[in-house]
Amino acid sequence: MTATQSDSSPAVAVRLTGVEKTFPMRAGDPTIALTGIDLAIRPAEFVSLIGPSGCGKSTLLRIVGDLISPSSGTVEVNGKPAHQARLDRDYGMVFQAPVLFDWRTVEGNVRLPLEIMHIDRRERDRRAGEMLDLVELGGFLSHYPHQLSGGMQQRVAIARALVFQPAILLMDEPFGALDEMTRERLNAEVLRIWGQTGTTVLFVTHSIPEAVFLSTRVVVMSARPGRITKIVDIDLPQPRTEQTRETDRYFEFVTEVRESLRGRATASASRTRAEGGIG
Amino acid sequence: MSVRTEGLPAGPTSRGRALPGAATQLLRYLPAMTVLLGTLVVWEVATSGPGRHVLPPPSAILGAFAENGTVLRRSGLATFYEALGGLVIGTLAGILVALVSSHWSSARRVLLPVAIASSAIPIVAVAPILNNWFGVLNPLSKMGMAALLVFFPIMINVTRGLVEVPPAALELMRSYASSDREVLFKVRVPNMLPFFFTALKVSTTLAFIGAIVGEFFGGTSEVLGRVVLQSLSSGRFDIAWAGIAIGSAGAILSYLVVALAERLVIPWYRSVLAAQE
Repeated sequence: MTATQSDSSPAVAVRLTGVEKTFPMRAGDPTIALTGIDLAIRPAEFVSLIGPSGCGKSTLLRIVGDLISPSSGTVEVNGKPAHQARLDRDYGMVFQAPVLFDWRTVEGNVRLPLEIMHIDRRERDRRAGEMLDLVELGGFLSHYPHQLSGGMQQRVAIARALVFQPAILLMDEPFGALDEMTRERLNAEVLRIWGQTGTTVLFVTHSIPEAVFLSTRVVVMSARPGRITKIVDIDLPQPRTEQTRETDRYFEFVTEVRESLRGRATASASRTRAEGGIG
Repeated sequence: MSVRTEGLPAGPTSRGRALPGAATQLLRYLPAMTVLLGTLVVWEVATSGPGRHVLPPPSAILGAFAENGTVLRRSGLATFYEALGGLVIGTLAGILVALVSSHWSSARRVLLPVAIASSAIPIVAVAPILNNWFGVLNPLSKMGMAALLVFFPIMINVTRGLVEVPPAALELMRSYASSDREVLFKVRVPNMLPFFFTALKVSTTLAFIGAIVGEFFGGTSEVLGRVVLQSLSSGRFDIAWAGIAIGSAGAILSYLVVALAERLVIPWYRSVLAAQE
């Protein structure tokens, strides 16, 4: 966790300094959603935010993406203010719901950001096709979203988020609504895509196994007020595969993150799989 | 590459099991057609006795068509013209107000309550006023009635369609740093179209009602409303019913045209509905 100190500023993809967010309440004191958030993310890192509901992890993701502004503190993305980064189209967003447009085909949905960015038509079609191949939906270009399963829809959303090669991928519980089997398959797929594209990923989840399996670092948060309580370096070897989920090291990290979430001292990182069988 | 079967989920089995299109359509409408034909037969038999004066049998109404073809055709066309004019005016006005009220929430706070309150006005009572304003012989006075009835459903539904967009869709567009114009044309308008067509289908019928009610309060004689009133006063119920039948046919025809336009403009919508069932 000394990584943040060794970063010189161009080598930092995201830098949060003293970020705080309060929401005014109609009655009584304002709610403090986030307080004292300091975090630096290196390029090509895969960082997960995990914590109980109400810990402000989604709020933090939205602050990074300049969808909402912090009450105080600064957010720097690729050396620029978050607002400028958004205007420069540095963000690819994936939400819990796929948010696909019913009136557009799968290909049309993936093409949407390129249309807004005025990429010419031939290039749009080429890139959309490429991205759909990447998420293994090459055969579904002219389908409509409602003709696909939930997992497939979410893969379309991932293709759409990556099609303009954003510097940072922001994912807000993207697999929260999917069944466990689909979720694990998509986890593996996200890792494969991350390996191929080298994108920086900030990933919000409330699944411990998911966070450990995917991340290079897991940021553990607690609620009321939302703050970072621990950052766990996950030094499981890359590339990770389904076998990774069965290693002792993996279970140790799962335990460590779980105990961090409970707010317990984590001298037990070396403890073996007492509660195994997760995921 | 996949080929999409129109209106059906593109499952591999859907085509194999499905009947040929025309036969499926026929089967689907068979119960309705049977009931309609049955009603006509019962009507014909039941009214062939002494009661035939007030409710003439279908054959007598058909006879009235043959006998008064020219007047009925001219009246039907005139009323159709009024209804269509009112439909266009009311629709355009409804869309315009919806665009304004969806864009500025302050406008929405002012316009929507006023609009909803004014939809409580008994429109029939307004007809003589419109006749007075535009001139009783001016077709605009009847179009005004039709437009008034059409305006509210269009305005309310189009506003809803423009405003009721998933917040995440707006966040997505925001993450692309897209302009308000792009949000309007790439999200709000396509989202609104199914609402619009639903309202437009209701409005076709309303436009005919508005035009005919307007005609009841005076105007040129060769319009459906006048034909119905005059034939009633001279005891010709068969002609009155023929006039009503023409009005219904006009409304049904307009409805079908709108339904067809809906299929052409938002072809994806039918299969979304089918998938939700």
